[in-house]
Amino acid sequence: MNFVFYLLAALTLGGGLAAVLLKHLVHSALATTVAFAGLALLFLQLDAQFAGFAQILVYIGAVAILIVFAILLTRGSDLPKGGVFSATWFVGLVIAAGVFAVLGWAVLISVEALPQQASVPAVTVHDIGIALVGRYVLPLEIVALLLTAATIGAVIVAMHEKGAPK
Amino acid sequence: MTPFSTPLAGYLLVAAMLFAIGLAGALVRRNAILVLIGIELMLNAANLNLIAFWRYGPHPEALTGMMFAIFSIAVAAAEAAVGLGLVISIHRHTNTAELDKMSRLKG
Repeated sequence: MNFVFYLLAALTLGGGLAAVLLKHLVHSALATTVAFAGLALLFLQLDAQFAGFAQILVYIGAVAILIVFAILLTRGSDLPKGGVFSATWFVGLVIAAGVFAVLGWAVLISVEALPQQASVPAVTVHDIGIALVGRYVLPLEIVALLLTAATIGAVIVAMHEKGAPK
Repeated sequence: MTPFSTPLAGYLLVAAMLFAIGLAGALVRRNAILVLIGIELMLNAANLNLIAFWRYGPHPEALTGMMFAIFSIAVAAAEAAVGLGLVISIHRHTNTAELDKMSRLKG
């Protein structure tokens, strides 16, 4: 493993940790954006250029902005009185630690069986486009339908109802 | 043999850590938006696993893992839009975004 991997892993995990731990929601949203950027760079390091740029466009460009909009619309920048962590935070922490222990154990015992090295796959955007309209055309259509339905549904759910008090 | 001597194990461990961080965020925080952020982090950790297995798998030219990750990114975007719309809608009804106070099903 090289230095770049450790740097990107530290960036991603540090961003994720800061997002979970920081008190102010706006700071959390910014830290989440850092984690998304670190993940996109990890994708680029794994020679998945298309997925990396899709990650930047979708997550940093759309999801992070949506999160900031939601924080501002729900006045989430005010600190709550009862603290930012729920009353049962310790149970949640134990569950998360247990899940990480199981996942890490599974990786560590299978480390001998994992493939050591692989040649860099020669995949171009042209190949991805051909695959999307060839073998994966049905999932592509379903995702298009899902995105349309989700966009309309999100607008209807968040729309101000007629006659409702403000 | 240390786990970081193989590249794939390093990526898998980072993904496991990110998943655990996201799960902790979803379980520990009080605000609904932070719970959604935790869910997004968990989805991203799964995507990292898919891409890492695609890169070090036996047939990367088949594009299976990469396609799965791209579709997963698209579905996660739809999920984020609907989830944040729901948070805004609930905030309009109950004037709160804190999960502890959302104890009623009737608006």
